[in-house]
Amino acid sequence: MAILKAPVTVEDHGQGPEDAEVTLVEYGDYECPHCGRAYPIVHQVQKHFGERLRFVFRNFPLSQMHPHAEAAAEVAEFAGAQGKFWEMHGGLFENQERLGEALFLELTKELKLSTTALHEALEQKTFEARVRADFTGGIRSGVNGTPTFFINGHRHNGSFDFDELVAAIREAMITRKSA
Amino acid sequence: MAQSGASNITHSGGVVPAGTVAPNFTLHATPDQTVTLSDFLGRPVILAFYPADWSPVCGDQMALYNEVLPEFQKFGAELLGVSVDGAWCHRAFAEARHLHFPLLADFEPKGAVARQYGAYRAADGVCERALFIIDKNGSISWSYCSPIAVNPGADGILEALEDLPE
Repeated sequence: MAILKAPVTVEDHGQGPEDAEVTLVEYGDYECPHCGRAYPIVHQVQKHFGERLRFVFRNFPLSQMHPHAEAAAEVAEFAGAQGKFWEMHGGLFENQERLGEALFLELTKELKLSTTALHEALEQKTFEARVRADFTGGIRSGVNGTPTFFINGHRHNGSFDFDELVAAIREAMITRKSA
Repeated sequence: MAQSGASNITHSGGVVPAGTVAPNFTLHATPDQTVTLSDFLGRPVILAFYPADWSPVCGDQMALYNEVLPEFQKFGAELLGVSVDGAWCHRAFAEARHLHFPLLADFEPKGAVARQYGAYRAADGVCERALFIIDKNGSISWSYCSPIAVNPGADGILEALEDLPE
């Protein structure tokens, strides 16, 4: 249990080199306050490791608990389809306390994307299947809440404090070298 | 396949293992409604014992299962949560988290059903975090006891449901 069963592919939203020593995958929910707290920490971790780390974000909206989580995930995917995933991802987490339709429209305009197209995509649920695929892949991999991190395919069971994440990633680098 | 899951027994802690007939029970799901296990004969049941309502994180096990319900339903499986909390407590918790499956109150005598499944922590007075898959004939086909602080997720449940014979 707790091995990433859905491998990272080119379809994923990733930052950092594809052949980086370590790939950090996060399953997250834009409305989850813990994910909101993890967002700047992940940034720090990325800065710390530079090109040695690849970061991948996958959707895991807990939509029964968080009424805007599913729509937010679809908004991020909408932007992603137009090459602006990370800009939207950042906008959503940085304004998490205002998550909702007004924010979705505001960010869409800021990124110079069409709000009409956004409305259509949400109404026609264009990105629902993609979000659900992320979710079910996560469930199959033992994601048990948000955020859940995988480091080189192994679930990180510790906390997502900066020090603990850095230590776990370092360990994965050492394991990789000795393998 | 004659015996359900017989080749794939996962048994840890003292929980009742696969291959055993699931002890029947009747417990309150709400203050005025009860649920009897044998009423579900003919389809699989996921029995999820957990320590307490109101765990404080988004990683809450019952909230997670609530989100995974559509996957469980693909197998025609019924999910039942069980803790020693009372029916009124369960009602408030289920309403707060918008849970769409029954939470059963193993409340009086306290933990009696959990004890029958080897899923009671007498020292703490709460249920273990223990999972059971009961097949359509009422036999336990898979059981798993997670460390109490670790949400076991749903991957084991889905694999066990897949392993059930047609």
